[in-house]
Amino acid sequence: MSSSQSLIGDRTASGGSTKISDFQIVQRPRWGRWISGLLILAILALIGNAFANGKIEWDYFWRFMTVPTILAGVANTVILAVLAMFIGIILGTIVAIMRSSSNPIVQAVAFGYIWLFRGTPVLLQLMLWYNLALVFPTFGIPGVWSMRMVDLITPFWAALLGLSLNQGAYTAEIIRAGMLSVDIGQYEAAKTIGMTRLKALRRIVLPQAMRVVIPPLGNEFILLVKTTSLASVIQFSEVMYNAGTIYYANARVVELLFVAGAWYLIIVSILTLLQIPLERHFAKGNLSR
Amino acid sequence: MTAVQSATINERPLLRVCNVTKKFQDYVALDNVSLEVAKGEVVCLIGGSGSGKTTLLRCINQLYDINDGSIWLEDELVGYRQDGRKLYPLTEKQAIRQRLKSGMVFQRFNLFPHMTALQNITEGPIQVLKTPRREAEAIASKLLERVGLADKASNYPAELSGGQQQRVAIARALAMNPKVMLFDEPTSALDPELVGEVLAVMRELALSGMTMVVVTHELGFAKEVADRVVFMDRGVIVELGNAKDMLIKPQEPRTQAFISAVIG
Repeated sequence: MSSSQSLIGDRTASGGSTKISDFQIVQRPRWGRWISGLLILAILALIGNAFANGKIEWDYFWRFMTVPTILAGVANTVILAVLAMFIGIILGTIVAIMRSSSNPIVQAVAFGYIWLFRGTPVLLQLMLWYNLALVFPTFGIPGVWSMRMVDLITPFWAALLGLSLNQGAYTAEIIRAGMLSVDIGQYEAAKTIGMTRLKALRRIVLPQAMRVVIPPLGNEFILLVKTTSLASVIQFSEVMYNAGTIYYANARVVELLFVAGAWYLIIVSILTLLQIPLERHFAKGNLSR
Repeated sequence: MTAVQSATINERPLLRVCNVTKKFQDYVALDNVSLEVAKGEVVCLIGGSGSGKTTLLRCINQLYDINDGSIWLEDELVGYRQDGRKLYPLTEKQAIRQRLKSGMVFQRFNLFPHMTALQNITEGPIQVLKTPRREAEAIASKLLERVGLADKASNYPAELSGGQQQRVAIARALAMNPKVMLFDEPTSALDPELVGEVLAVMRELALSGMTMVVVTHELGFAKEVADRVVFMDRGVIVELGNAKDMLIKPQEPRTQAFISAVIG
């Protein structure tokens, strides 16, 4: 390429080129990126400096990250969240199927359940379950078998009941949305090869709905992990509650809140990573999009 | 079975549609429609959009309930159990047993996207007919071979062309051993160059003696393969007759207008 050559839009003329590849393309300097990058670094440095010089004993933070009480709390948080999500998904699927039933009574029951548990605060629901013994002192079949409600409803069971039922109501709507996203032709095709409505749901519709449903369910799971902290109010010894018991004793409030916060971040990060292979599994048959 | 016995059984048409009316709210989609299809016969339903031909197919398959009239498949009343002057709607199980007498092929294929071609075909036999997996897969492989897709068994629908998907859909319907195959505009959603491969499979199926009711705009196919052609307009059967006669010199002005519009 001679330096005198120029880019021209005429293929018949000589002494010029019609291709941009014969020229060097000079990018504009990206001032915006440099400025915003430096700004962010400066802000991070300021925040870092503030924390380094703030009244936080980082020794306490690192030491309490792995003390047995905190680890037990983390374990309880994870157990509660996983179980509540598991029950919530099963409940939600059943209720979603009930809501799309042709039986008006089944439909109304599903609607009522969603209305009730979505319409009241979780904290209130947890406290009601925990105080169930005030309403029903005993539990069982009259005259045959019964036990005292206070023995039955421990903080764990109250928290699990409350969170699962609440989660089920939200999950039901997510799964229903997933079912609605599946083309009507899929139901019809399933019907013409002789499937019952429930079999068509289980084999054809729900597997396809899962692909749509996993991102919002992942969202719900993360939300639920953090909502388990409300169970501290009913004395369930999850990570927030256990952090509390420690800082009531040693007054290192902020350090222990940081410990709990770090553990929530770790749990949520792991869940976010677990979502990737799950999404890939349910995307089978779909070309990458 | 002796020839005499089979002749007496075959006397009655396999499918009888008697005075069927189907309404969607106030809209009358089928108005007192009657049609009989003999065993082994190929009938093509033609007509403009909204003429009721797809609705008729869906009523036969019980995807729609009819408002009046009656449909009979192999001398069995479709959708109801009769007891004297009373009719009892079929239970889901009974309806399924009846629905399996007909196989349906859709305009938009409706293959299950999360299953491979082979799984699409084995799904019905395994889940509904309780055929052992091995056996179902052997049958499915044979069917895939029959529709010319033996090498696509492990492909997902999204990896197949429209014509290939429709051929898998035909194999899926055949896997349930239907007495009659219902085709709802099977080539309307296809690119023009893919129509031929689907029609070839349908032609082979017709030659094998399968009873077929085909909603189609492919008049060439109808002329060549169909025994009879039915022209529908606004929910009624306008003209019905021998395929070649009717497509070459239709009697009714509406049929004439339609055929000349399609041929162009």
